[in-house]
Amino acid sequence: MTELASRVAPPYPQPSERIKFYGLWAATVLLLLVLPRLFGSGGALTTFSLIGISIIFSLSYNILLGQTGLLSFGHAVYYGLGGFLAIHAVNLIGANKLPIPLPFVPLIGGMTGLFFAALLGWVSTQRSGTAFAMISLGVAELIASSALILRTFFGGEAGISANRTKLIRFFDWNFGPQIQIYYLVAAWTVIAIIAMYALTRTPFGRMCNAVRDNPERVQFVGYDPHVIRYLAFCFAGFFAGIAGALAAINFEIANSAYLGAVQSGTVLFSTYIGGVGYFIGPIVGAIFVTALSLGLSDLTSVWQLYFGLFFIAVVTFAPGGITGLLMMHRPLLKGGTLAKVVPYYLISLVPTLAMIAGLVLAIETVVHHTVNPGEDPNIRAFGISFNASSPITWLAALVLVVAGFYVARKTWIRLAHAWDEAMTAARDKGHST
Amino acid sequence: MLELIITSTLNGILFGMLLFLMASGLTVIFSMLGVLNFAHASFYMLGAFFGFQISRWVGFWPALFIAPLLAGALGAAVERFGLRRVHRNGHVAELLFTFGLAFAIEEVVQMIWGKSPVDFRIPPSLDFPAFSIFSTNYPAYKMFMLLVSIAIFVGLLVVLKKSRVGLIVQAALTHPHMVAHLGHNVERVFMLVFGVGTALAAVAGVIAGPALVTQSNMAALLGPILFVVVVVGGLGSLPGAFVASLLIGLVQTFAVSMNGSLAGAFGPLSPDYAQSWLSDIWGVTVAQIAPIMPYVLLVLILIFRPMGLLGTRET
Repeated sequence: MTELASRVAPPYPQPSERIKFYGLWAATVLLLLVLPRLFGSGGALTTFSLIGISIIFSLSYNILLGQTGLLSFGHAVYYGLGGFLAIHAVNLIGANKLPIPLPFVPLIGGMTGLFFAALLGWVSTQRSGTAFAMISLGVAELIASSALILRTFFGGEAGISANRTKLIRFFDWNFGPQIQIYYLVAAWTVIAIIAMYALTRTPFGRMCNAVRDNPERVQFVGYDPHVIRYLAFCFAGFFAGIAGALAAINFEIANSAYLGAVQSGTVLFSTYIGGVGYFIGPIVGAIFVTALSLGLSDLTSVWQLYFGLFFIAVVTFAPGGITGLLMMHRPLLKGGTLAKVVPYYLISLVPTLAMIAGLVLAIETVVHHTVNPGEDPNIRAFGISFNASSPITWLAALVLVVAGFYVARKTWIRLAHAWDEAMTAARDKGHST
Repeated sequence: MLELIITSTLNGILFGMLLFLMASGLTVIFSMLGVLNFAHASFYMLGAFFGFQISRWVGFWPALFIAPLLAGALGAAVERFGLRRVHRNGHVAELLFTFGLAFAIEEVVQMIWGKSPVDFRIPPSLDFPAFSIFSTNYPAYKMFMLLVSIAIFVGLLVVLKKSRVGLIVQAALTHPHMVAHLGHNVERVFMLVFGVGTALAAVAGVIAGPALVTQSNMAALLGPILFVVVVVGGLGSLPGAFVASLLIGLVQTFAVSMNGSLAGAFGPLSPDYAQSWLSDIWGVTVAQIAPIMPYVLLVLILIFRPMGLLGTRET
């Protein structure tokens, strides 16, 4: 037995590994502390706050999708309900002068998320896979439509607003300025990340992975997959509620859009684009998607289309998301064969970029003709001016897309060969992961 | 009262048959490829918009045939070049692919035809009352919709049950490898089924477009109800989808035409409720909760019969 245990149990971590582990957390906290010093403008602080909220929300979603293998189309329900309860709580606390400062309000949101996840989760998690996805969609529609009917509680189309500065002060902070909200969000983000990371290291976290990979075998071991899915669902709802409450505090309003399909889709996008296979994936995805949506919406009116196409491309070509793509290169880096692949990357980058440029040109031209047909045909997209009604533009777009795709496909095949060779070389040196 | 029941039944069956036009394709695709096509309602929307555009150029009747063909070809292309490639990444990736596709199609439609409803009219040759029940005129176009969907339903049934093609499709549902060993190109069968399924959704779009509102959010409005239909009927069960389509069609139509509320029924008993936030629940009419009826039905079915009405398969 001891022999078996010594073989199965992972080796006790070396001191250097422990320093690396705790150093990473300390560095994260330090970075969050100094960020406002580096980028102090109001817009940057709002962006950081939104990213922090999105990180908590995406990580909570990954408890379902990445760790338990449950694809949910209705995760925003718990986010939105958490937000609404937080707003009502702020109003109640402010009106009755209760001794609860603002930093504890997200906990109310979290409890709300937990309560509704516990209520709706038992029915939802009876089945996994596609059926679960459809059920989550149906339940989400049920709640979102009910929100429009129960006007007194949800405030109809306009939503419910609150004043966060009316609460008692917390160490002399009234949470009026955005910088104080930033620190509130940052603190909750760190707490939530640590809590969710710790959750993945518990036996329960491991059982979630087991349910994802082989539910039948989990039953043989003596666990009920339904119960484990249900518990994972409750945890996910709790953290989603915290994120929703923080969002409500940040905007000082909660409306029915919080609960809606768009919000559920966004968290799915950011989690999947970041990568569901690694704990850090949703964090990367939340930062990337929030920054991208804020940046792209300034540049073009159809940014959501680009966003959708980008998501399709990730699903098709990089199912591991951004982190999965980066982690693929770890054995090459360790084996020292990465340099063999880099030239092929650079070569295939040129036609691929040409193809994307052609696609963007085509889309922007179509947009110009359909959305604002009467206006000046010389349009600017992504900082480049061109004439949308000249045939040269159409021809350029067509040539770029067709020729770009044709050449790019050849370079991709050569890249794949080079990749295989580099991987084999790395494996021969003993670096397979 | 009788008048209300007759018109609501007719409208309910009509809505149910329209739902079944889409749910049938969705169900067959699900049984075959194991993937629920999230973008199925988007093809319904594409059918409506293609129908609108083509009927502007060459008239409604050619559009009724060309638009589904176009949408079906598009669907087949999606299967051939998209889904087949994603297939090796697993079912979640396939479902997410169609989810992204639905998102992108909505954006493209919005980009080309705008966000506001387009002016898709009933063809003049069908714009007359077919018959009148008591005092209400029942439009001929609705009868036409009903006839088209029943004709397609019967046609589908005959093709699936009686023809050689249907035999191969049915065999490929359960034993794809065996069918391939017998010399049939199973991948092509899959592609064709996907194409036909999306074309059926597009037919529903063309005939529903003039009667309902042709707008870029019509897929997002109908999609969730469609998934409720296939889950309530039992995933992968064609008869189940039929029963569930009619059930949901009737439930929703009857709910819309009713005006009762708790306050109306029990009003004199407890007037205290009217003051608190419970007044929302107290005062809401059945017609107002019609949009959530399908989802309530879904939750009830999940509690009492998790595999769906006629479903047998655990996924």
